[in-house]
Amino acid sequence: MQPADALTPSKATPVTVTTHPATPATKTPAPATLADLAAAHGLTVSGARPSLPSYVRQLWGRRHFVTAYATARMHAAYSTARLGQVWHLVTPLLNAAVYYFIFGMIMNASHGVADYVPFLITGVFVWDFIGSSINASTRSIHGNLGLVRALHFPRASLPLSTVVQLFQQLLVTMGALVLLLLACGQTPTLKWLLAAPALALMAVFCAGVAMVMARIGSKSPDISQLMPFILRTWMYSSGVMWSIDSMLKKDHLAYWVTVVLKTNPAAVYIDLMRYALIDSFNAHALPHHVWAIAVGWALLAGVGGFIYFWKAEEEYGRG
Amino acid sequence: MADTKTASAGTPASATAPAAPATAVYDPRDTRVPTVIADEVHVVYKVNGAGGRKGGATAALSRIFSRKPAPGMREVHAVKGVTFVAYKGEAIGLIGSNGSGKSTLLAAIAGLQPVARGRIYSHGQPSLLGVNAALMNDLTGERNVVLGGLAMGMSKEQIRERYQDIVDFSGINQKGDFISLPMRTYSSGMGARLRFSIAAAKDHDVLMIDEALATGDADFQRRSQARIEELREQAGTVFLVSHSIGTVRETCDRAIWLESGVLRMDGPSAEVCDAYERFTSGR
Repeated sequence: MQPADALTPSKATPVTVTTHPATPATKTPAPATLADLAAAHGLTVSGARPSLPSYVRQLWGRRHFVTAYATARMHAAYSTARLGQVWHLVTPLLNAAVYYFIFGMIMNASHGVADYVPFLITGVFVWDFIGSSINASTRSIHGNLGLVRALHFPRASLPLSTVVQLFQQLLVTMGALVLLLLACGQTPTLKWLLAAPALALMAVFCAGVAMVMARIGSKSPDISQLMPFILRTWMYSSGVMWSIDSMLKKDHLAYWVTVVLKTNPAAVYIDLMRYALIDSFNAHALPHHVWAIAVGWALLAGVGGFIYFWKAEEEYGRG
Repeated sequence: MADTKTASAGTPASATAPAAPATAVYDPRDTRVPTVIADEVHVVYKVNGAGGRKGGATAALSRIFSRKPAPGMREVHAVKGVTFVAYKGEAIGLIGSNGSGKSTLLAAIAGLQPVARGRIYSHGQPSLLGVNAALMNDLTGERNVVLGGLAMGMSKEQIRERYQDIVDFSGINQKGDFISLPMRTYSSGMGARLRFSIAAAKDHDVLMIDEALATGDADFQRRSQARIEELREQAGTVFLVSHSIGTVRETCDRAIWLESGVLRMDGPSAEVCDAYERFTSGR
């Protein structure tokens, strides 16, 4: 203990252990404490949280890392499989086939829904993006602790690159979706262009929720065990495989239940995509002010999620 | 008890301080430029799942909502009040027995491990030498060079400029075109060489190396030591954590000896290494 104490300078008086006792150091006008010394040479506190504007700048500076990391993981995903990247396409198609078999044929959810197959695959593909981006981002900090502890970068890069990765995958499946829709006899119209703003708003929404979940998941890793159940509940109540309208019409549920289900973000974005791409899905099936709701969800989640994530920036990697 | 005895019997820091002006003690007339200042740094970290029963699923569930600490949670006081000033141009070796807090101190300097008390000031962004975590075994060496560079904050142009240097330095292509193969096909030595080459490609203000020198064959070790020398001249300060006292003696001009989180001695590497060796052989 004693040697360590001898090395500890006290804050009040400059410790002057010196090789030249003839010239007392106290005469020199110089910073007195270590904090002053740091200030004199422009040193900054290590590991402090940057301000919000400078955080945004740092994140923008790392945009190439975010996309490169996303692309790298996308490429690494099926690199050991024989069919390789083809699985990016086959997996959601098989998913849709399973749901068609269970819901379309066995449970007869297709009853009363015109163009059930386009309706179902649009729903499944779009939900696939929402659900898996939220699920994967829960582990984006906690599962990358090695990276967080080894390198310095704005931590929001991690959940964002997860969403970018899944968005790249969504674009691939959207290409397949267009082909499937054409095969099902849908005709391309100018309305299809509405898919672009719908996808953009959905991406912003998912990025925001991803950042919220990344922070929660970094503090309580156990939450990632619960996510599959939460997400499944959300999926079944968002009308991915059936039409909320035609299903709840026969049950005598209160009107507000339908409204709540239909204005939940997942249902809003899925229905907007259906409205854009499917001829028989007309505007009556959408809730009122649907675009305002879509923009609202995107802004609320995007801005709120970013600030919520930034607030704990210096704490990721602790422990 | 044996601990304190050896400490006073060895060379206590107070005795060496006058002979070694490069101690933690700050001298106001000093004209050297400080790059890292650690001011009474304490690091405490929480260990999750340290022993004890964690209870069943319902207990875990209620913990999530009640925000109570898990019963297995323990606090480890890893660094206890360490103070020093590092200057431009220094290569500082951190020595000490296993679990003495060396790596934790480095993580705290890098700003990756929050400090419980005290402050760490630094010039620029101190970086740990290591991009291992950013690299992916399923990708080719080529893509990993780019990915690692981006992860360290290099721009695309910088990576393009240095790409050939990185590949040449790693010597991966000496035995054929390995850089275009996935990293999982590399031998462990080749992988380690490529990782070091990527990490060392960037110029850092303050560079910290945690036991990274023992990789590769003799030829590569010589080259990496030369590269560290170069980084030190360009950059400023190099910190090196090593269990090999020989490496610290060769590479560093100053050494800091940590023992159970307490700064035991700080001075020219030869003196500190001598004292440390007496301490370890005396146990």
